Amino acid sequence: MGQVVLKGINKFYDSVHAVKDVNLQIRDKEFVVFVGPSGCGKTTTLRMIAGLEAISSGDISIDGSVVNGLAPMDRDIAMVFQNYALYPHMSVYDNMAFGLKMRKFTRPEIDRRVRDAADILGIGELLKRKPRQLSGGQRQRVALGRAIVRHPRVFLFDEPLSNLDAKLRVQMRVELKKLHLRLGTTAIYVTHDQVEAMTLGDRVVVMKDGVVQQVGEPLELYNRPANKFVAGFIGSPTMNFATVTVTEANGSLIAENAGLRIRLPDGTARRLRGHIGHKVTLGVRPEDLTVAGAADPDHPCFDAVIEVVEQLGSEILLDMKVGQDVMVASVEPTVRVNVRDKLRLAMRPSSLHVFDVKTEEAI
Amino acid sequence: MVVAETQVYMPQAPRTRQRLLEDERWLAFVLLVPTMVLLGMFIAYPFVRGILLSVTNSRVGVPGDFVGLANYYKIWNDGIFHTSVYNTFLYTGVTTVFKLALGLWLALLLNRNFRGKAFTRAFILLPFIIPTVLSTFAWKWMFDPTFSVLNWLFYHLNLISGRINWLGDPDLAMISIIVVNVWRGVPFFAISLLAGLQTISPELNEAAAIDGAKPRQRFWYITWPLLLPVTMVVVLFSIIQTFADFQIVYVMTGGGPANATHLFATYAYQIGVGTGLLSEGAAISLAMFPILFLVVIVQLLYIRRVEVR
Ligand SMILES: Nc1ncnc2c1ncn2[C@@H]1O[C@H](COP(=O)(O)OP(=O)(O)OP(=O)(O)O)[C@@H](O)[C@H]1O
Ligand SMILES: [Mg+2]
Repeated sequence: MGQVVLKGINKFYDSVHAVKDVNLQIRDKEFVVFVGPSGCGKTTTLRMIAGLEAISSGDISIDGSVVNGLAPMDRDIAMVFQNYALYPHMSVYDNMAFGLKMRKFTRPEIDRRVRDAADILGIGELLKRKPRQLSGGQRQRVALGRAIVRHPRVFLFDEPLSNLDAKLRVQMRVELKKLHLRLGTTAIYVTHDQVEAMTLGDRVVVMKDGVVQQVGEPLELYNRPANKFVAGFIGSPTMNFATVTVTEANGSLIAENAGLRIRLPDGTARRLRGHIGHKVTLGVRPEDLTVAGAADPDHPCFDAVIEVVEQLGSEILLDMKVGQDVMVASVEPTVRVNVRDKLRLAMRPSSLHVFDVKTEEAI
Repeated sequence: MVVAETQVYMPQAPRTRQRLLEDERWLAFVLLVPTMVLLGMFIAYPFVRGILLSVTNSRVGVPGDFVGLANYYKIWNDGIFHTSVYNTFLYTGVTTVFKLALGLWLALLLNRNFRGKAFTRAFILLPFIIPTVLSTFAWKWMFDPTFSVLNWLFYHLNLISGRINWLGDPDLAMISIIVVNVWRGVPFFAISLLAGLQTISPELNEAAAIDGAKPRQRFWYITWPLLLPVTMVVVLFSIIQTFADFQIVYVMTGGGPANATHLFATYAYQIGVGTGLLSEGAAISLAMFPILFLVVIVQLLYIRRVEVR
């Protein structure tokens, strides 16, 4: 079992309000990812769950019982630190066995568990080495091994992959996912990398300035971001935004600004009925833009001037000027364009997002 | 092209000088000369002179003749020398244990987060900063049989009825100088060990806490082994210094009562300068050299082993 509930969690460091009224229910066996920019309170939240940081107000419960006053060792959790925090003077074996020794497991049981974990992680050959004789990826595995030998109720990860190079990070990401499928232990994972969040999380918690912005499955966040921040944070390259005025002409709604004039598709128009004559923020993802052709006559279109062409092989990123706004489009690699070309682009109708200019909430 | 031209116009003299400096063996030698001169003048020369002095019978004003190991033979049979050897070991051993224990305890306390941390850390250093002779004089007053603040305190706490003659009794005198040495040496231990503690990532203790280690276990399994290299260096330093300590005993008891608190250094001074038997004083000083040398070798080997782990 490993159900974690956060109820009205706050954290103050003197005058800094680092975590603000976080409410969250994490189900057993779930993989939940906390994501957000630097300093948004992810680590602090994780450390409060671990018991390494006192809770200023609110309750954290694991499997139904409040753990606020419990020491880390009594919470039956395991944590993987960003810098691994391996005991430098102990061998890999002793690093993994330490937690079991402290909990007075018998020698044969310790041995069995350590070797099992080493097998799962493929570090059987390294058991006699000291941490400093290991590569970054190997240390990472040892840190994971130290966590899994204990069979805890919850795994806590604080940016465990951020010290690895890009290739290894992708590889370890897959392994982590496999490991979770295999062990089925509840996992809470902190990262500032939205790709990690999207690929690993059953659910993702987006935080900013200590406030939870949205909680949802990865596709939910991608397709229906709750506000402009989430919309901009999830997805790469980031969503394009343009401030437009909503007007009505011939019964349909038009969104326009200095360089843009598009007829809003029906779904979007319905939501904006109440905003005629007002400004809203329009959002569209780079991958929802295509070079306009005859195939989609009813798609909203606009003109753009190409400023930079980034050839990525699998796609082309076009940095464009649209009136006063700068936008990015991700188009088919077969498209032939040059800098300073004028191009007509189309938006997929269902992909338009609109946000309130002031509150930045999705409309 | 530019390079070629530069070479053509290069005057001859600086080129040879430059080439000489670019030769690493020469450069290394040149850079080492000041150190070698200083070490030679202030360490090697006096050391050799000390050895030469110890095999003569020279005294103040008398150059003396070669007498072989006569001085060493003499101190070998000297009862006060025996006492001072015993005292030196006792003094060094007891004070080192106390300094390490108290220093480590203080360092662990200071390594926590609390209000006025910076101030307290600076404050702790005071005994170390005050010139030893001055602070020792203050201690001497505190142990004075008539004016002793300690006697006053104990008397008013109803712990004693009469005066205690701290520096007049051989055992109490020894205890007194040990107390002063510990007081004076703890800051060095505390600050050095604190510096060592701060190099240990707090995450290691947190990881151990999550792993189920109680505070005492975290200390023994994590902090202590990781601090050990620093501890060894600090202890080594302290042993060397304490073994050759002079000021505290000289000011507090002058080696008394009845030569009961002499250490190597104070006894060597008393014989060599006080009595004027220079050669015998030199022999006493040199007698501690093999012991110190052994201590240094053993500890350095041990430090190497700890670091290689
Ligand atoms: N010990 C502390 N004392 C005072 N303020 C702190 C402390 N730890 C964190 N903070 C503040 O709390 C806020 C949240 O910090 P936290 O470490 O949780 O951020 P984070 O989301 O993990 O960021 P990052 O991605 O950079 O690790 C920050 O504004 C930080 O400055
Ligand atoms: Mg963090």
